[in-house]
Amino acid sequence: MFDFIKDNLILNDPMLIGANISILLSVIGIVFILTYFKKWKWLWTEWLTTVDHKKIGIMYIIAAIVMLFRGGVDALLMRAQLTVPNNEFLTSHHYNEIFTTHGTIMIIFMAMPFVMGLMNVVVPLQIGARDVAFPYLNALSFWSFFFGAILFNISFVFGGSPDAGWTNYAPLAIEGSTGPGINYYLLGLQISGIGTLLTGINFIVTIIKMRAPGMTLLRMPMFTWTSLVTAFIIVFAFPVLTVTLALMTFDRIFGTHFFTLADGGMPMLWANLFWIWGHPEVYIVILPAFGIFSEIISAFARKTLFGYKSMVISIVTISFLSFLVWVHHFFTMGGSAAVNSVFSITTMAIAIPTGIKIFNWLLTLYKGRIEFSVPMLWSVGFIPTFLIGGVTGVMLGMAAADFQYHNSYFLVAHFHYTLIAGTVFACFAGFVFWYPKMFGHKLNERLGKWTFWFFTIGFNVCFLPQFLLGFDGMPRRVYTYGPEDGWTGLNVISTIGGIGMGIAFMILVYNVYYSFRYSKRETTGDVWGNGRTLEWATTTAVAPHYNFAVVPEVKGYDAFWLMKQEKQKEKIEYKPIHMPSNAGTPIVMSAFFFVAGFGLVFKLWWIAILGGIGVLACLAVRSLRSHKEDEGYYVSVDEILKTEEKKEA
Amino acid sequence: MAHVNENISPDTPLEYQSGIGRLNIFGFWIFLGAEMALFATIFATFFVLDGHTGGGPLPSELFDLKNTLIMTLLLLTSSFTSGLAINEMRRKNVKSMIVWIVITLLFGLGFLYMEITEFIHLVHEGATLGTNAFWSGFYFLTGTHGLHVSLGIGWIILIVLQVIKRGLTPDTAKKVFISSLYWHFLDFVWIFVFTGVYLLGLVGS
Ligand code: HEM
Ligand SMILES: [Cu+2]
Repeated sequence: MFDFIKDNLILNDPMLIGANISILLSVIGIVFILTYFKKWKWLWTEWLTTVDHKKIGIMYIIAAIVMLFRGGVDALLMRAQLTVPNNEFLTSHHYNEIFTTHGTIMIIFMAMPFVMGLMNVVVPLQIGARDVAFPYLNALSFWSFFFGAILFNISFVFGGSPDAGWTNYAPLAIEGSTGPGINYYLLGLQISGIGTLLTGINFIVTIIKMRAPGMTLLRMPMFTWTSLVTAFIIVFAFPVLTVTLALMTFDRIFGTHFFTLADGGMPMLWANLFWIWGHPEVYIVILPAFGIFSEIISAFARKTLFGYKSMVISIVTISFLSFLVWVHHFFTMGGSAAVNSVFSITTMAIAIPTGIKIFNWLLTLYKGRIEFSVPMLWSVGFIPTFLIGGVTGVMLGMAAADFQYHNSYFLVAHFHYTLIAGTVFACFAGFVFWYPKMFGHKLNERLGKWTFWFFTIGFNVCFLPQFLLGFDGMPRRVYTYGPEDGWTGLNVISTIGGIGMGIAFMILVYNVYYSFRYSKRETTGDVWGNGRTLEWATTTAVAPHYNFAVVPEVKGYDAFWLMKQEKQKEKIEYKPIHMPSNAGTPIVMSAFFFVAGFGLVFKLWWIAILGGIGVLACLAVRSLRSHKEDEGYYVSVDEILKTEEKKEA
Repeated sequence: MAHVNENISPDTPLEYQSGIGRLNIFGFWIFLGAEMALFATIFATFFVLDGHTGGGPLPSELFDLKNTLIMTLLLLTSSFTSGLAINEMRRKNVKSMIVWIVITLLFGLGFLYMEITEFIHLVHEGATLGTNAFWSGFYFLTGTHGLHVSLGIGWIILIVLQVIKRGLTPDTAKKVFISSLYWHFLDFVWIFVFTGVYLLGLVGS
C-alpha cells in the first residue's frame, strides 16, 4: 500500500509539489476552522444532508466556481506556455494533460453544474412549486456530480492526468496512453453523469407536474422552458455517454475490442458515439443560457419578452436539430461527400432558430426603458459576442471550408466565442441577478462593472487574435512553435487578454467578500424592483425552505408582474406546510461511487468491490427507509408567520 | 409536496393515490425513456461490430437455439406472472400477489442461471470478452441486460419484504407497480436480444 502511494504521488515536478502542498494545507485549514468554530454538526445538518433545492443549487454554484478557478489556472498555464516561441515552461506531455483537463473541466465540471445550480435555485420558484419532484434524488444528483469531479481532479496529483484531449479519441486513448489518466477521465465522467441524468428526470417531472395552478405551458417563464427542453436533451443524450464511457472502460480495463485497431475494433465508432452525446451537450449548456438572458433582458428593459411563442418554438427546434449534426465534428475523417453534405446542411439549419432568438432579444430591447445594471450588461454584451461565435460556426459548418479551418486556432476561437459569450456570460449574469435571492443581499454594482469590463475586453483581446492565428495556420493543441512561424505577436496579445480575464475573476471573488461585509441586506424579495416572474414573489434569501407560504395563483405570462399590477392585499390564512426530511445516504452513496471508481482506475479490485458493495448497501437502505424519509415533517403555522413577518418589516 | 398524503378517490388504484406515488410513476416512465436510449446505443454498437469476428469462433457455430428459446420462454412467462401479481394487487389480495411475485422471481433466477451457464460454455469454446469485437459486443449487450435482471431481482426482494412488514399501502403498492414496469421493460428488451442477436446470429454467416 505504501509503495502504491509513493509510486503514484507526483513528486518530480516542482509545480505539482507546490500544488500538493497547497492542497494539503487547505484541507488542514478547513478541518481546523470547522473544528475550532464547532461547525461540523451545522455543516452536516444544514448542507451535506440537505434536500432543499435552493441549497443544493448553491452548492452546485460554489463547486462550479471552484472548478472555474482550476480550469482557468490551466488556461493561463497554456497561455503562458504559448506566449513566446520555443518556450520550455511546460513539457509537451504536461501541455497535453493541461489542455485535456482544461477542456473537460470547463464543460463537464464548470459550465454544466453552474447552469444546473441556477436551474435548481430558480426553476421551482419560477413555477410556484414548494420543491422539486424528487428532493432526495436531487441531493444524490449533486453528490455524484461532486464526487465524480473530485475523482477527476485528484488525477493531477495522484497518478497523472488524462492527456488525450477532452474528446478522448480512440485509439490514442486506449493504446497511446498508459498510466491511469484516461481511467480517471472515464470514471470521473461516468460518476458525475449519473447525477446529470437524474437531474434531467427530476426537472422534467418537476416542470410538467408541479406548476402552480394557472401556470399553463405557455405561461411558463423562458428560463423554465429552456430548462425543460434541456432536461429532455439530457435524458436522451446522457445514456449515450454512459454507454460510450463504459465501452472504453472495458477496452482499457477488461481487454475488450470495441475501439482498438486490432481484433475488429472500430476507432471511428468512438468518434460517432462521443459526438452523438457531445453535440447535444453543447446545447445542454447553451439553452439555459438563452433562458437566463431572456429573463434578464425583459426585466431590465421593463417589457414583456418579444416573440415569446417563437422563442419556444425555436428552442424546441434547436433541441431536435442538436441530435442531427454530430458528424460536423469529423468532416475530415473520411466521411463520404454525401454524408458530409447532409450534416453540413443540418448544421447550418441551426442558425435559423438561433437567429430568430437574437431578433427577439433585440426587439425586446427596442423602445424599452433599459436599466444597465450588471446582469443587463452581461446580457447585452452577450449579443454581439455570441454573434461572432455563431457566424464562425456557420463557416465551420461548411464541410469544404472545414478542411481549411479544422484543428486550427480558428476552431479554438470559435468555440470559446460560443461557450464563453454564451454560457459563461450567462452564468455570471444569472449569478449576479439571482444572488440576492440566494444570499439576501446584492453584489456590489461598481465592482461588478469592473468585472464585466475586464472580462469582456480581456476575452476579445484573448480570442479575436486566435481567428487570425488560425488563418495563419497555427494548429490546435500545439505546445510550442518557432519564431519563423510568425505567430509570436498575436500570441502575446492573446495572453494579455487571458490575464485580463484572470483579473476579472479575482475581482468577482473579491466582490463576494466585499458585498458580504458591506452590502445592504434585502428584505422585500423583489430586490431589483422589476421582477416579472414568481421567484421574486417569495421572501428573499434561502431561509424559508418552503418557498411559498401560500401557493400562488397564476393569471398569465409574467405572473409576478401581473400580481404587482393588481396589488391585492387580502388577509392570507396559512396552513401547515409539508416538507421532506434531510437524508444522509446521497452523500454516503456517492462517496462509495468514488471509492469504486478509484479502485477501477488503478485496477485495485478489492477497493472497487468494496465501493460497489457500499453503493448496493446504500440503495437497499434507501429502499427500506424511503417511507420514513418521504414522510417528511410539517412546518407549523407559527413558524410560517414568523418568517413571513420578517419580510413585511 | 403539499399533496403527499392527499387521496384522490377510492376508485383510483392504490399506487396512484398519493401525490408522491403519481410523481414517482411518471418519473419512472421518463427513466425508462432513458433506459431505452441506453439499450438503443448498445444495440447500435452491437450491430456495427456484427461480423467483426477476426479469427475467433463464429456465433452460428456456438449459439444454441434450444437454450435461448427456453431462456426466452422463462422471461416471457415471468413477465406474465408479474402482470398477474399486479392484478392481484388491484384486488387487494396481498397473499396471492406475493405468491405471483415470488414465482416471477424464480423464473428470473432460472433465466439468469441459464444465461450464466451459457456464458461459461461460450468461454469454454474460446469466445471470451477479449476474443474480438463481435464477442465484446455480444457480452456487453447480454451482460448489461443480465445485470439489469439481477439488480431487478434484488430490488423486488426488498420490496416484498416491505409489503410483508407494512402491508399494502399506497407507498408499497407504488413500489410493486413500478418494479413490475421495470420487469416488463426487461422482457421487452430481451425480445430484441433474442431476435437481433441470437436468431440473426444463427442465420447469418
Ligand atoms: C477563461 C479563459 C480561457 C482561456 C484563456 C482558454 C484558453 C484555452 C487554450 C489556450 C486552449 C488550448 C488550445 C490548444 O492548445 O489546442 C483551450 C482549449 C479548450 N477550451 Fe479554453 N480557455 C478559456 C475558457 C474556456 C471555457 C469557459 C470553456 C468551456 C466552457 C473552454 C473550453 C475549452 C475546450 C473544450 C478546449 C479544447 C480542449 C482540447 O483541445 O481538448 N475554455 N482553451
Ligand atoms: Cu457540434
